[in-house]
Amino acid sequence: MAAVEIDVKYVAHLARVTLTSEESQRLGAQLGNILGFIEKLNEVDVSQVEPTAHAVPLVNVTRPDEIRPSLPQGDALRNAPAKANGLFMVPKIVE
Amino acid sequence: MSTLNQLTISALSTRLNHREVSAREAMTSCLDRIHQVDGDVHAFLSIDEADALAQADAADHAIANGEGPQRPLLGVPIAIKDVLAVRNQPLGCASKILAGYRSPFDATVIEKIKAAGAIVFGRLNMDEFAMGSSTENSAFVTTRNPWDLSRIPGGSSGGSAAAVAADECFASLGSDTGGSIRQPAALCGCVGLKPTYGRVSRYGLVAFASSLDQIGPFTKDVHDSALLLNILSGLDPRDSTSVPEPVPDYTKALDGNIKGLKIGLPKEYMIGGLDPEVKSAVRTAVDQLQKLGAEVVEISLPHTDYAAATYYIIAPAEASANLARFDGIRYGTRVDASDPLELYSRTRGAGFGPEVKRRIILGTYVLSSGYYDAFYLRAQKVRTLIREDFLKAFKTVDAIVTPTTPTAAFKVGEKSDDPLQMYLSDIFTISCNLAGICGLSLPCGFTKDPQLPIGLQLLGKPFGEETILKLAHAYEQANPWHHQKPLLR
Repeated sequence: MAAVEIDVKYVAHLARVTLTSEESQRLGAQLGNILGFIEKLNEVDVSQVEPTAHAVPLVNVTRPDEIRPSLPQGDALRNAPAKANGLFMVPKIVE
Repeated sequence: MSTLNQLTISALSTRLNHREVSAREAMTSCLDRIHQVDGDVHAFLSIDEADALAQADAADHAIANGEGPQRPLLGVPIAIKDVLAVRNQPLGCASKILAGYRSPFDATVIEKIKAAGAIVFGRLNMDEFAMGSSTENSAFVTTRNPWDLSRIPGGSSGGSAAAVAADECFASLGSDTGGSIRQPAALCGCVGLKPTYGRVSRYGLVAFASSLDQIGPFTKDVHDSALLLNILSGLDPRDSTSVPEPVPDYTKALDGNIKGLKIGLPKEYMIGGLDPEVKSAVRTAVDQLQKLGAEVVEISLPHTDYAAATYYIIAPAEASANLARFDGIRYGTRVDASDPLELYSRTRGAGFGPEVKRRIILGTYVLSSGYYDAFYLRAQKVRTLIREDFLKAFKTVDAIVTPTTPTAAFKVGEKSDDPLQMYLSDIFTISCNLAGICGLSLPCGFTKDPQLPIGLQLLGKPFGEETILKLAHAYEQANPWHHQKPLLR
């Protein structure tokens, strides 16, 4: 199985995960191996096959659009790393 | 002579309802056992003992009020994998990124077992975010196999399996995305059931791969597995993928009569990497099932060889989307930065362990522009073929029998440096999740030296849990391997 080159830095940026350069290097090699293994799927003829997103074919599951009890604000905020005035605190977004 | 903590749920319930023991004594017997052995086993991440004993006292009141017969788990201590929400208890997925998090609500399965009277206690160790096969990916500790402390208990629900095997609880709950219930159950020697996709509500289960995840029980015998499935199953308006299929009384299926049931033996599972002792134990078990009246036929699941590759595209892809919610804004650890993007990246870089990062990046890659069709879409198509293999086989057989794992428990550290080898330890359990069918693992013997449990996997049709439980029960009655206990001091 062939190792595959993968631009780990770029993908880590897409995934919003900071990696150390050591982590990037190690991941690059490991992911190359894994992707090499995954390439065996190219052997399968899938030209006439529909994709499966879900094993149970349920469609259009709906519920009545009614007001129901939901998580109280205090409970929703309980685990927040930073909060103020009943809101989550985040760094400044607009300059 | 069994000690109290070694009893099955049904044996304990009988004694509780006859007032031979109290719920407090049952809970205390588990806590004593935990104090005695968990310093070696490390199945638990944390336990709120005062809360557990308070629940036990409440159960004793309810028993005194005669509620026992209506509440099948009344006074039964059940421990929980650290991936399920229990109100006011920690929920960490064995990850640093959720340090300090406490659940503001109960998962549906927790509501259900509480309503049935269970004492819900403890947070069981696991691979971080359920990604792994050994618990070595826990950010905190590696759980040890009660049969040999130098070996892994399997994963990701390794704590759930080890706690039941070591009699630290009467049963436990775990989750299974690619084998995370069945594989550790096999390696620790208990009964683990992954229900059909949609059988059990996933509300309150921290999502790993939403199209594959199911919650299920770890128990000491097959009857307890059926009993818990009765309680866990059913439609839940809060999980739109739960299925409106009626819930039978699964314990009624355990009548020992398996005459005429047709079992398929897939030739693709008797492969080169299969350990000879595992192979021979499974062969013997199949012969036993035949003697008990089942008919055994060889079948073919031709796309078996592609299951692992398919899984390691689909599961990481779904995980990369699901784990986007851990960004340091609403809960968990936050590493501050001057702008939000930097805050997300630093938080996730510091909070996630190596395997979680590996899967998020793999998942992001296979979903990214230019690679989506080549990887993700192709995997979804192969998934169709894998599912069709099973549905076709189930036209001629009632259940499929395989080994649960290619080998017995491996040593701590043996595969932790090679993610691909670790992934391949799940090759027999992965297809079941891709196909959305049900599967169960139960003990079918031991390796000789060292003595380690071997698991037999029974795979059933969608919503065919009654059939696999019936077969497992009949086998267990004739082969009571589950009466053997690990020699923990």
